[in-house]
Amino acid sequence: MNSASCAAKISTQPFSLNPTSPTSHDNPLVFPKPTSLFLGSTRKLRLSSSSKLNLHRRSGTVVAVSDVVKQKKSKSTPSLLITKEEGLELYEDVILGRAFEDMCAQMYYRGKMFGFVHLYNGQEAVSTGFIKLLKQQDSVVSTYRDHVHALSKGVPARAVMSELFGKTTGCCRGQGGSMHMFSREHNLLGGFAFIGEGIPVATGAAFTSKYKREILKEADCDHVTLAFFGDGTCNNGQFFECLNMAALWKLPIVFVVENNLWAIGMSHLRATSDPQIYKKGPAFGMPGIHVDGMDVLKVREVAKEAIGRARRGEGPTLVECETYRFRGHSLADPDELRDSAEKAYYAARDPITALKKYLIENSLASEADLKAIDKKIDEVVEDAVEFADESPVPSRSQLLENVFADPKGFGIGPDGRYRCEDPKFTEGTAHV
Amino acid sequence: MLGIVRQKMLEQSLKKIPPAVSVLRSYSSAAKQMTIRDALNSALDEEMSADSKVFLMGEEVGEYQGAYKITKGLLDKYGPERVLDTPITEAGFTGVAVGAAYYGVKPVVEFMTFNFSMQAIDHIINSAAKTNYMSSGQISVPIVFRGPNGAAAGVGAQHSQCYAAWYASCPGLKVLAPYSSEDARGLLKAAIRDPDPVVFLENELLYGESFPVSDEVLDSSFCLPIGKAKIERKGKDVTIAAYSKMVGYALKAAETLEKDGIDAEVINLRSIRPLDRSMINASVRKTSRLVTVEEAFPQHGVGAEICASIVEESFAYLDAPVERIAGADVPMPYAANLERMAVPQVEDIVRAAKRTCYRSVS
Repeated sequence: MNSASCAAKISTQPFSLNPTSPTSHDNPLVFPKPTSLFLGSTRKLRLSSSSKLNLHRRSGTVVAVSDVVKQKKSKSTPSLLITKEEGLELYEDVILGRAFEDMCAQMYYRGKMFGFVHLYNGQEAVSTGFIKLLKQQDSVVSTYRDHVHALSKGVPARAVMSELFGKTTGCCRGQGGSMHMFSREHNLLGGFAFIGEGIPVATGAAFTSKYKREILKEADCDHVTLAFFGDGTCNNGQFFECLNMAALWKLPIVFVVENNLWAIGMSHLRATSDPQIYKKGPAFGMPGIHVDGMDVLKVREVAKEAIGRARRGEGPTLVECETYRFRGHSLADPDELRDSAEKAYYAARDPITALKKYLIENSLASEADLKAIDKKIDEVVEDAVEFADESPVPSRSQLLENVFADPKGFGIGPDGRYRCEDPKFTEGTAHV
Repeated sequence: MLGIVRQKMLEQSLKKIPPAVSVLRSYSSAAKQMTIRDALNSALDEEMSADSKVFLMGEEVGEYQGAYKITKGLLDKYGPERVLDTPITEAGFTGVAVGAAYYGVKPVVEFMTFNFSMQAIDHIINSAAKTNYMSSGQISVPIVFRGPNGAAAGVGAQHSQCYAAWYASCPGLKVLAPYSSEDARGLLKAAIRDPDPVVFLENELLYGESFPVSDEVLDSSFCLPIGKAKIERKGKDVTIAAYSKMVGYALKAAETLEKDGIDAEVINLRSIRPLDRSMINASVRKTSRLVTVEEAFPQHGVGAEICASIVEESFAYLDAPVERIAGADVPMPYAANLERMAVPQVEDIVRAAKRTCYRSVS
């Protein structure tokens, strides 16, 4: 039984007032080690057995643990969670996410963006907290709410904005759109419209990473995959199938649940028999963690452990981030079913405000530093819009391109002609 | 010899008057307008009140009033046991609905778009379509799968596919594609009353469009036959066969063609499976030219099937090759100008009709 307390709930602890000893399948779980970074300064935050998620089965209102409130009660923290450089990097990323999405809304209502646009306002802590710990070769698989995942992963704001405008300079040359952001260079594997569709794709990417290391003998291949998806997806069969396979084959993947409590207009509580998603991890033999997804630093601590586990080859982790989307499901959603008290509760826990407060209170940055970053990001986003505006629309010839990577099969031979046109090809004398 | 026998059989079937399921009464036609959305909503409402075995199931059909507001007000009227909001699990809830239909209840399953039905296609084909055959008539599956089908505006490749051809190729399924409000009401009612699995393909962009409806259509026992097409516009020079949104485009094309002296006959297919081959053949025998229009991918599509049917039955009557207008053979692009190029436009239909009339070569 881990004696160190931590704010993030670990599913090995049963959910009652009397903590009992762990069940047998806790033993193979190395998460968390007493020496792990995960228990860093969060040690000061009480995990009492009473700090549980109070789920009222009313129409959608969830009163969650107020970890922010608990932080105020703690003693002063001697060790900080981040350095100044890290802090500024995180701040810049959350501000970029927020400013970009707000600009998307403006552009949509001006008619420059069209179709389905799903914005990420309020959930920035999850994207920044996780993706900023990755290397370029690590992959991210997302859903239709993928603009900020793309930005955090390193896709330039210009490329994302152009893609949203449907211009040929977009990251997919205008052929994907808001919901299908792909970047080979940054290993962003999409961008999927069907919920649950990305999870098997992410599991496959993690599989390839392990395969490369073990079968193809690329000994230093320790690439990790992150799969982002929502609470609604956790009722989908593909989710469970992939938890099973990832744990079975010990794949280097982290399943990140962005539980924002709503799937369009369907409350998580109305759709799910057991709403505590993190508990589903141990059922498949992997740790399940619950974390406050409105706090970048808490998410980052959990992410460090989970990604570290995956990199060391210890297998997958399921992380449930309790977060909230400030806007509707998409820009076409009137958002009438969510209680305004719930919205106000989460608006007060805005991740940007919390991070700013932390940086200033711990003297990691001054107001002026942060304002400079705000200004810089404003310029980046304005520049992205200008760039996208001025970019050309795709040419007619682009319509038929890229349906196949190799339409005629077998590629082009050394003589510059299609191999399949070589009459000797079928005789086996032409070499591929 | 066989050809002559087939022709004689076709002539006999053309002379047969199909069993009329639609109730013909002599009402005066009022100039009332009704949107497709209201037509579908009223059809569901009336069928649910007439038969308590009918229930709705799908994502956001209840509290959200329907992702496209088709099921608005039904939760309040019939309660959560008959209007079920499901979790996001197409394979799961479709399988549950099919199993319920085995025991005689009549589910109407909504797919938020038919693209999502691919996650449930195993249940639609294997559990629903094939069961009556496999059980040798013991178990029929009175289920309706409905939802928007085909391209919307700027929604990208994974939200824009038309599934008419896929489902229509499977024996055991009935596939309907309404165009006007009259079609929507009549065909949905017929689908719900039908004892077999029906795939009901709506179109998102048509939901807000208004069409004139007569009092006959507004009557609660109004029903249209499954398997019968409708001639929307009579003509004598060229037959244009289309379904769903493309019927509107075909009618516009017919207006343009009229100015050039070409009198087009526009057929609204209404039913993709079973396809009303006799009506299409009769029309082509009259005009000798055919243009098929669809928004879907061209290969193995509805137009290909119609062309094959004409070649088999009415080849001697054709004066020009059959023209097939379909969407571009690419996944739907996102950029607005590319999307416009990937979907048939009125000009494409006009050009094709002119090609069949040898008025132009391109």
